[in-house]
Amino acid sequence: MKEVNITELERMFQEKIDQDIKIEPKDWMPDDYRETLIRQISQHAHSEIVGMLPEGNWITRAPNLRRKAVLLAKVQDEAGHGLYLYSAAETLGADREDTIDDLHSGKAKYSSIFNYPTLTWADMGAIGWLVDGAAIMNQVPICRCSYGPYARAMVRVCKEESFHQRQGFEIMMTLAKGSPEQKAMAQDALNRFWWPALMMFGPSDGESKHTAQSMKWKIKRSTNDELRQQFVDVTVPQAEMIGLTLPDADLTFNEATGHYEYGEINWAEFWEVVKGNGPCNKDRIDTRRKAKEEGQWVREAATAFAQKRAARKSA
Amino acid sequence: MNQAHVDFVLRIADDSLILGHRLSEWCGHGPVLEEDIAMTNIALDLIGQATSLLNHAASLQGEGRTGDDLAFLRFDREYRNLLLVEQPNGDFGMTMMRQFLFDAYRTILFERLQSSSDEMIAAIAEKSLKETKYHLKHSSEWVIRLGDGTEESHARIQESLNTLWRYANELFYTDAVDDEMRNAGILPDLSDLRQQWENTVNHVFQEATLTIPANNWKQEGGRKGMHSEYLGYILAEMQYMQRAYPNMEW
Repeated sequence: MKEVNITELERMFQEKIDQDIKIEPKDWMPDDYRETLIRQISQHAHSEIVGMLPEGNWITRAPNLRRKAVLLAKVQDEAGHGLYLYSAAETLGADREDTIDDLHSGKAKYSSIFNYPTLTWADMGAIGWLVDGAAIMNQVPICRCSYGPYARAMVRVCKEESFHQRQGFEIMMTLAKGSPEQKAMAQDALNRFWWPALMMFGPSDGESKHTAQSMKWKIKRSTNDELRQQFVDVTVPQAEMIGLTLPDADLTFNEATGHYEYGEINWAEFWEVVKGNGPCNKDRIDTRRKAKEEGQWVREAATAFAQKRAARKSA
Repeated sequence: MNQAHVDFVLRIADDSLILGHRLSEWCGHGPVLEEDIAMTNIALDLIGQATSLLNHAASLQGEGRTGDDLAFLRFDREYRNLLLVEQPNGDFGMTMMRQFLFDAYRTILFERLQSSSDEMIAAIAEKSLKETKYHLKHSSEWVIRLGDGTEESHARIQESLNTLWRYANELFYTDAVDDEMRNAGILPDLSDLRQQWENTVNHVFQEATLTIPANNWKQEGGRKGMHSEYLGYILAEMQYMQRAYPNMEW
């Protein structure tokens, strides 16, 4: 009898999804749907938080006051995105502290792009332009995701990401029309970040183990390769406009399809970075873990203080 | 150009800039995500104040320099900030104590400067006061929470107070610059600054169960450009791009 009920519930659930009715925290949902969302939303939250580090690396060295303020504001936005996303994951029953522990133990993943170092000021431009640009491509469809809290969080996140993308492009544009050293700095940043940015869309559709089910559940609305193609189509003309060259000898425009065709992505590198073997994986996680450990006494004090005050109030 | 007027503005500007720099070092390393957000937010306010004030100082100088030039091309002996704000972040308690001692002073300063005869300073003070009141609320709440939290947090924040107390006296430093500004009506009366500051500080320390150190050793010099060894490293980092690639647009 119970078996039948579950099948019936699943049928009704899928019906709602097919009719584009949002799933809300208190609605019944299949365990796998819940788990997939927790995995995806917490990965997304971790990416925001770990993503603060490569850009945080340049705040104290920003070249002028305006750039410093904009960069600070951007990194602060990312912390804010992390906060909404952890809250969205909590609506599914995922405890924020446990989720963070999974990040620190290596169980939970985050976007592999943040495991590349930021070596020059131009990297702030490349990250804003390419990484936030790719993030927008990934996230705009999530505004229509079937899970209400995630979709709503994404609407706000996307607005801010589009400002981030513009400020990054503006940094690159300024460098590209600057001195020869500045232009070389911009080109070097593009060379280093282009391929990792393409990898941000995840494995090719044939290799992506979650895509089919996530599409059916409308957690995902486009495939990895579709999104990657959109990103290439938008970004190549932007690079041309500011006189920078994409580091891909095979890049060509196909008149018939109206799309750019790009060279082979180095998937071996992608999987190595995902596994933890990128240039900064260890540093990033060590930094996050250290922040948590060093903040332990502060969190304990806050809890103890709140308890003392509550006790005094009720006494 | 009135040198005292420029120096006066630089003193306020440099406090904001250097403390903003120190706070921005926390970005991504805070004890909880909410504090990462709060500290970056405060840093952002301070950098914003510094920008307005440095632009104003540059225009008072009238030598065609910009606020950015003043931030990125002055050497440490030309910086006029308090020693307190250049002290290292230490642990979160040290950062909050530094912030609190400063915010308690800054709130009073900006309240008064709203009636400065320099309209630009008055306008900046009015805007900054709103921010600073929030900063003071935030830092004083943390001082109380940590002071009256656990045994460990109490010991740590008391130690921070013991370390930073020697720099508190400089908050009330005055010299001929202040006299000239007072005569010009640019600096309103601040004769009760120390008393007002002590009221705030004593009240918060009482709630936080903290004790003001008996040691009255007073360290000062920042207002005249005599800094601690820390400032040189702050500027080396902050000014790196402008020194390495001079005269470029970014």
